[in-house]
Amino acid sequence: MLQMTHIQKIYHTELVQTHALRELSVSVTGGEFVAVTGSSGSGKTTFLNIAGLLESFEHGTYLLDGENVSGLSDDERSNYRNQKIGFIFQSFNLIPDLNLFENVDVPLRYRRLPSSERRQRIEHALETVGLASRMKHIPAQLSGGQQQRVAIARAIAGQPKFLLADEPTGNLDTVMAHQVMELLEEIHANGTTIVMVTHDPELANRAGRTIQLVDGCVQAEEYPNIQEEVLQAARLNGSQPLSAQI
Amino acid sequence: MFKYNVKLALKSMRRNPVMTALMVAAIAVGIGVSITTLTVYYMMSSNPIPEKSDLLFAITLDSWSPLRPFDDDAPERAPHQVTFHDAERLVALAKARRQAAMFESSLIIEPLDQDDLPFEAGARVTSGDFFAMFNVPFIYGGGWDKSADAAAEPVVVLSRQLNERLFGGEDSVGNWLTMEGTRFQVVGVIDSWEPTPRFYDPINGAFQEVNDMFIPYALTRVLELQSAGSDWGWKSEEITSFEQWLNSEAVWVQYFIELDSTRDREEYVAHLDAYVSEQKRLGRFERPLNNHIYNVEQWMEYHEVVANDSKVLVGLSFLFLVVCLLSTIALTLTKFVGKKAETSLRRALGASRKTIFNQQIVEVGVIGFSGGLIGLLLVALGLQGIEYLYDSPGGLVRLDWLMVFTAVGIAIVSSMIAGLYPAWRVCKIPPAAQLKTQ
Repeated sequence: MLQMTHIQKIYHTELVQTHALRELSVSVTGGEFVAVTGSSGSGKTTFLNIAGLLESFEHGTYLLDGENVSGLSDDERSNYRNQKIGFIFQSFNLIPDLNLFENVDVPLRYRRLPSSERRQRIEHALETVGLASRMKHIPAQLSGGQQQRVAIARAIAGQPKFLLADEPTGNLDTVMAHQVMELLEEIHANGTTIVMVTHDPELANRAGRTIQLVDGCVQAEEYPNIQEEVLQAARLNGSQPLSAQI
Repeated sequence: MFKYNVKLALKSMRRNPVMTALMVAAIAVGIGVSITTLTVYYMMSSNPIPEKSDLLFAITLDSWSPLRPFDDDAPERAPHQVTFHDAERLVALAKARRQAAMFESSLIIEPLDQDDLPFEAGARVTSGDFFAMFNVPFIYGGGWDKSADAAAEPVVVLSRQLNERLFGGEDSVGNWLTMEGTRFQVVGVIDSWEPTPRFYDPINGAFQEVNDMFIPYALTRVLELQSAGSDWGWKSEEITSFEQWLNSEAVWVQYFIELDSTRDREEYVAHLDAYVSEQKRLGRFERPLNNHIYNVEQWMEYHEVVANDSKVLVGLSFLFLVVCLLSTIALTLTKFVGKKAETSLRRALGASRKTIFNQQIVEVGVIGFSGGLIGLLLVALGLQGIEYLYDSPGGLVRLDWLMVFTAVGIAIVSSMIAGLYPAWRVCKIPPAAQLKTQ
């Protein structure tokens, strides 16, 4: 599904060069729920931006859904994002003067789907996140948790293969964070691959696999929900990842 | 997608009403000024009778002083009017398909209702051919025929406005009207007719209204009608009677002809030369042969109906529009920069650069359209001001549909041009630029 090999990303300013990712290699297979953790500046968001084709990279290879996306044009990358990737951001990133229906409609508009199909998908997505009755509300009329659920509805309305979540609970209190996490787990259970960046170890441990980044490199990988003997057996069999086997 | 972009544009305009108002105002003022001057120029320079402007000719004969030309600055030009008796004879010779001598006069109308006061009305004293020559539309009746001209019958054709005033707009054909003690029979009422410029008499005002009424040229002698227009003379003549005035060398009559085709033009000039040569033998026309015929457009150019300063003014007003558009560019840039986060999000969600570019261009187009509509109101005010300034309350300088569409079109296109650079800047925003910070 997602295979990054020796990815390098350097941010250039007039005075300094910042190595955000150093020879990063990460592989995520279809149906996985991966949490990416790490301290600030460890490269989590850069990794997620590259994974979501929001940023380019200097070196390395990136295969997304079996296709090498390194050489895609800007238009092709836009199309890829629209067709295959759903985004969930820490600060929700809803458009304030569009109502919930219109916010969820944004990526579908760019896909040029017929009106009836768009409506059906939007209604279904908002039903999934429990906000179907508030379609005509604007984001300011919702709580933070509800706004994030709208953002999730927007991400899943396009039925993406791949959901990228950047600190999706970072701006929420504990109760709302758990509600959002449960929603993500439900979406994952329906077959969507999720890669989530988070600071919260408790939430990270609810993922099938955690990847810890330090200074732009993978420091550690863990499978928090798999017993050690299953893990060992899988390693011996050479199969990756293991979360699919749970 | 266009409809969606229009919807987004309207939302965006509401989001920042002050900025939007400034942008709309900048475009509206630019459009208001430029289209006002353009409309005036357009009205001045338009062909008032395109269907036959190349078949209608104004005639000039050089009956001026042998010692100096009529116009020292343009010595090749003959006087722009002819003498009464030359016009009378040329009409009688009838060498063209139609011919009309004419001048402006005024008569006192005695009211039909004894309680009303007499009032003065402007009259065009002319030949019966005038109406057919200039395609004058009638609501009732028509013009008079040649027999009325020949017999100097007291007949009158009223303007729609005068008929409204005298007869309440009813069909007044056959009714009688007393003017200067003479009873005139109404033979026709013309419909709304405002040729702009008033090509048949630019000498007395190309942008004046059409006269209140029309009466036969032959009545001049009978009623001793005085000209209310301009008259020019060069010869010191003793004039003690009206007949002497009519036979003087003063030029105060406009003379127009209609030919069957442009090929007849040279033939008619030859006819004029023959006429003048004959007059020379009688001791008149002491200058060399210098007769001219001008079609309608040439006649407008002769009288500089569209003055050069009008063209300069149009240029300056469009420069002002450019200045307004530069302000719009600055405001658009500010507005679009304020939408960086939304643009970044839309890019992340799959909008291509082209899609973002189109969205912004549609937005400035909608702003331009709004500016164009408000600009049209300013144009209407500007034209009212011009009419007031030039004392022309009849709506001669008016906004027609072509100018309305031109105004809105210019507003939309120019605002889109003004939006190109800001839209290009916005569509270059990378998708990840603002997502973390929103």
